[in-house]
Amino acid sequence: MVSIDASKLSTRQINVRLTELIGARKDIEIINPKARHNIIVGILAQCNITVRGSLGYYCASLLDGPSVVIEGNSGWALGENLMSGNISISKDAGASVGASMRGGNICVGRNAGARAGISMKGGSLVIGGDSGFLTGFMMQKGQIIVCGDVGDAVGDSMYEGEIYVGGDIASLGNDAIIVDITKKELISVWDKLEENGIDKQPEFKKIVSGKKLYHFDKLERLEKSSV
Amino acid sequence: MVNRTSQIFSPWVIEDIHAKSDLGRYRIRGFSSFQKVTHFDDLTFLSTGLTRFPLEGYKEKCNTRTIIGGLNAKNPLVLDTPIYITGMSYGALSANAKTALGKAASMVGTASCTGDGGMLPSERKSSDKLIYQVLPSRYGFNPHHLKQAQAIEIVVGQGAKPGTGGMLMGIKVLDHIADMRDLPAGIDQRSPARHPDWLGPDDLAMKIEQLREATDWNVPVHVKLGACRVSDDVKLAAKAGADAIVVDSMLAGTGASSEILLDHSGIPTVPAIVLAREALREIKLDGKVSLIASGGIRSGGDVAKALALGADAVAIGISALIALNCNREIPGSNFVKEIGVPAGECNRCHTGKCPVGIATQDENLTSRLDPDEGAERVANFINAMTMEMTLLARSIGKSDVHSLEPEDLAALTIEASAMARVPLVGTNKIFGDN
Repeated sequence: MVSIDASKLSTRQINVRLTELIGARKDIEIINPKARHNIIVGILAQCNITVRGSLGYYCASLLDGPSVVIEGNSGWALGENLMSGNISISKDAGASVGASMRGGNICVGRNAGARAGISMKGGSLVIGGDSGFLTGFMMQKGQIIVCGDVGDAVGDSMYEGEIYVGGDIASLGNDAIIVDITKKELISVWDKLEENGIDKQPEFKKIVSGKKLYHFDKLERLEKSSV
Repeated sequence: MVNRTSQIFSPWVIEDIHAKSDLGRYRIRGFSSFQKVTHFDDLTFLSTGLTRFPLEGYKEKCNTRTIIGGLNAKNPLVLDTPIYITGMSYGALSANAKTALGKAASMVGTASCTGDGGMLPSERKSSDKLIYQVLPSRYGFNPHHLKQAQAIEIVVGQGAKPGTGGMLMGIKVLDHIADMRDLPAGIDQRSPARHPDWLGPDDLAMKIEQLREATDWNVPVHVKLGACRVSDDVKLAAKAGADAIVVDSMLAGTGASSEILLDHSGIPTVPAIVLAREALREIKLDGKVSLIASGGIRSGGDVAKALALGADAVAIGISALIALNCNREIPGSNFVKEIGVPAGECNRCHTGKCPVGIATQDENLTSRLDPDEGAERVANFINAMTMEMTLLARSIGKSDVHSLEPEDLAALTIEASAMARVPLVGTNKIFGDN
């Protein structure tokens, strides 16, 4: 494993060095990240990166392929637009973790801030603790698992996908509804937790779209008939 | 019997109230605002006389080369003309239309732009210079595509519907469009208005840095604003690190918007340019951050006036579609039968029944648009606009269209004088100045 000491490099230098090492197929650790923003960005190859410390905004974002382990906390938008790969953070993630992610897996060891999984388009977002308001806002596809409590307006305006909540739900968002969870689904969610190293088996509630916002109630003549 | 119509309750207002009382919601349409507002027609150029001499209108060199985003990017966007094609989504437009626009832009050495819904492979292939939009919806957003772009445009707002997201009626959300956007097929798609990962200008600064890092600081990052609170917005976008700022006015077009937003929000193009230029000057980024204007650009005269007021370039949407045959009867089309209005009066892009194959996903209709033929028409139109612009510039004695300035203009109305900050014709007075 090759080590990058972030305290001695600019953001640009860190990302350039990462690219060089990934090209050389090395496993990488980043030490002394000191909550730096915008590192591990835009990497489109399989590789292993371990961060010893906390990260700032937009870290491990716009990725396709990497496996990133963070031993610390992160700021906003960790894992934004993840295409594939795996991101695991041991402590807390700020707002918008997994925003617009399209694939892959993100696991937050403790709590996540507001808008976790906002605009999510695929993949899995697993949160070991609680999650803030507007979790799964305008979610399109994928799976969010929150072992603890969620804040207000969970699943507001979601299109598809599922949100599983193990703790209390402060309030449901517009057009979000709670439906029965089958035993098979529950076991599948527990398996997902186990895969992510979370040793919990809460009795989850399942939230999906009520699909009442899919269409305008009425259309003008030309808006509805097909050619 | 009295045989007059009311100014307030005009036949159109009466029809609108009837329609809304049936529908129970706002009405939706395409095209652009129907409001009569101050525009470039209210300005005129002061060509040469005895105080200065002209350049030969048809021969002498007049530069149109335009560089956008040279502040931070290793490879700024270099265009042969200060006119490029604005972002319009694949979904709102057909694949043939997107491909034709990309080809046309390449033919005249300029750029086109993706729009909401992701990058279409044929659009990428046909476009030498493609601007990749980062929209609140992030439909189809792909870092692989981001890295292929010649410029990036973060969309904060759109002039036709500022403060809201995109709209695509279910009739156009066919399986392939739904797949690309990760949406259920057939829904009346109303896109988010806010970005998922940033909210204010401080976050925007970090978002811009993220996009630069992801693209190795190679390409410029534009920020597109719906022209409303222009002065503050431009300063905030520039301070956040934008290489270029697009001010998209209330006259800009759309494939679908609520009519109430089209006609009752935003400001016109003329004051938007002037306010933006003054804002950049105030924070000493004038000439460093590029300014792009869009909304209601129809001719080389409009482009020349926009440049004279302070824009570095303009983006066109509706006029490019008109060049592509929007609102024109073509073999096989029958506007009245197919869309209920004659060619020239159509604004029904949102219905997906575009008789000329532009704003539709229906295969029978899209086959009416040949991308090669369409590209040639749009390229001809941009070339014509560029010639008109240089003709005007030469008549004023300018060998570079970027040398046009407010001093070259006069206003035909008091309102235009106040908004453009140029004297009213026949006076030395700039109205609104103290």
